[in-house]
Amino acid sequence: MALPKRIIKETERLMAEPVPGISAVPHEDNLRYFDVSIHGPSQSPYEGGIFKLELFLPEDYPMTPPKIRFLTKIYHPNIDKLGRICLDVLKSNWSPALQIRTILLSIQALLGAPNPDDPLANDVAQRWKEDQEAAIQTAREWTKTHAMT
Amino acid sequence: MDSEDEFMSEPPSGDEIDFDEGTQDSDIGSLSGDFDHDHDNGFGYEKDILANPQKPYEVDYRILSPKDIHSHQERQFNEVSSIIELPPEQAAILLRYMRWNKEKLIESYMDNPEQVLEAAGLGPTLAASPKTKTVKGFTCEICYEDDPTMQTYAMKCGHRYCVGCYSHYLTQKVKEEGEAARIECPFDGCHRIVDSKSLKLLVDPSIQDRYEVLLTRTYVDDKDNLKWCPAPECEYAVECAVKKRDLNHIVPTVRCAYDHSFCFGCSLSDHRPAPCSLVKQWLKKCEDDSETSNWISANTKECPKCRSTIEKNGGCNHMTCRKCKHEFCWMCMGPWSEHGTSWYNCNRFEEKSGADARDAQARSRHSLERYLHYYNRYANHEQSAKLDKDLWIKTEKKMTSLQTQSNMSWIEVQFLDTASKALQACRQTLKWTYAFAFYLQRNNMTEIFEDNQKDLEMAVENLSQMFEKPVNELGSLKVEILDKTTYCNRRREILLSDTAENLKKGTGCTSLV
Repeated sequence: MALPKRIIKETERLMAEPVPGISAVPHEDNLRYFDVSIHGPSQSPYEGGIFKLELFLPEDYPMTPPKIRFLTKIYHPNIDKLGRICLDVLKSNWSPALQIRTILLSIQALLGAPNPDDPLANDVAQRWKEDQEAAIQTAREWTKTHAMT
Repeated sequence: MDSEDEFMSEPPSGDEIDFDEGTQDSDIGSLSGDFDHDHDNGFGYEKDILANPQKPYEVDYRILSPKDIHSHQERQFNEVSSIIELPPEQAAILLRYMRWNKEKLIESYMDNPEQVLEAAGLGPTLAASPKTKTVKGFTCEICYEDDPTMQTYAMKCGHRYCVGCYSHYLTQKVKEEGEAARIECPFDGCHRIVDSKSLKLLVDPSIQDRYEVLLTRTYVDDKDNLKWCPAPECEYAVECAVKKRDLNHIVPTVRCAYDHSFCFGCSLSDHRPAPCSLVKQWLKKCEDDSETSNWISANTKECPKCRSTIEKNGGCNHMTCRKCKHEFCWMCMGPWSEHGTSWYNCNRFEEKSGADARDAQARSRHSLERYLHYYNRYANHEQSAKLDKDLWIKTEKKMTSLQTQSNMSWIEVQFLDTASKALQACRQTLKWTYAFAFYLQRNNMTEIFEDNQKDLEMAVENLSQMFEKPVNELGSLKVEILDKTTYCNRRREILLSDTAENLKKGTGCTSLV
């Protein structure tokens, strides 16, 4: 099936004017499938890490949101063991006027501002609330072991 | 009121109402006839009261068809629209936003129209009807098409997209996500609500129909005095004025146009005489407890000293409680020290200490057994009602074969159908009387209640037995079955009236534990 103009344009723009700290490259054999990497924001426990994600644009895109998952292990209250992400714009607050670019920026912002009150990984969120310093320390260690190779 | 009651609106005075309208209603006159003779002058206006006085366990309600619901909404849109001078489709959005509280809407709109419009997702408004148009040099932000002949659309918020994308977006929302009243503009962060005129301009008729259905659904869901009939595929709603706080002493059972009966309070099937809160409690208890309790009752005993529950899974009768180290005999529950040399086989006859220990055991088991007593009867009636339902399917066949075997006409074999219906209704009631009884405090009124329960139960069992006779005997039993059916219905009414009255008073047999 021919790729919709929307996806072609978005891809072109992602290549021509990449967002600082974020890269998204489509697979040659499947232009709906992207390899993504996001740099951990500075001043966060993820600083210095490079996190790999996979992104897939479903048939209905942009009417339905893209499917995104972390491939790199990460210690974060809104990201679970399988790399799934709890983020409003990926679910109920998705709008077809949003783009791959804006979504990836939102994910980067989520790394900078974890939200333990709306958790996906319960154990992490619990720890984050009870002993934030220790949780942040663990996040830092995980970043070092898994995201800096 | 049931529709059949309308037949009874003709007689000019209450004196004439004792005639038999059918087995189901035959006892009304004698039951409360004295009461309604006082209302003779109210003919016409109070014809329902006159013809068929409301029984204590009945509530007033009205059945609404999908058409009624639609026109109800339309009327309110137009009313509000004429007062606040906005087009009806915008009045509709405002009403839905305010959850159909007309007074509050008008008041707050009069105070500060901009704020209300903004909050409801309407933003600044113009009264023109929506149109699509082509725009020079336009690129749709969703599909990135820039064909200059492309039709585009934007609501008053100015977020413009091509018609194809807009329509696809709305279709997705209505069809896949089931949204209607709160579909927002596709632009990220714009909370303007898509009104019905815009939607109808953009989507296919089939989606429009779906949209209407969903809107109607939110109307009924939003209003406290409306409820959908919970039966599958049933499209009727019921309007009833019973408030939530009254549910402790009224069981508002209603019936839709297809004769599905349900409780207006909790949407479960008819659970008279037990009130909703009690039903909820009971169902939860049964879910948690019944199997566990059964097992505990059958397989365990309690330590006579510390009451720990003990399962004996092997070994001799000399028990030593793990918790309190008390030593006792599993057979007689008496202390082991008294057993002397008769180990491994308790053959002592009723020593006092053993009997005492068993008494104590019995007392502590009492609450468990009490629960099981009621639960087993409740479950039994539930099961029997299921069987009766199967029987009802067979009834149809019985009715046909009875016609051929005994030259009875279709009308003449209807008594089987009536009997089957009565059986089911009575079993349903009986079932809930047991849940109800479990929570009753014991006093003088309890006895009356239990007598009523017993009478109904006997009547039901008798009828049930007769009902199962072979077809060739049924013809000759017709009169008896008719009698028994009437009797069952009557016992049921008495029981329901009695409990409903006591519930209303909040006294007597219904002081809940």
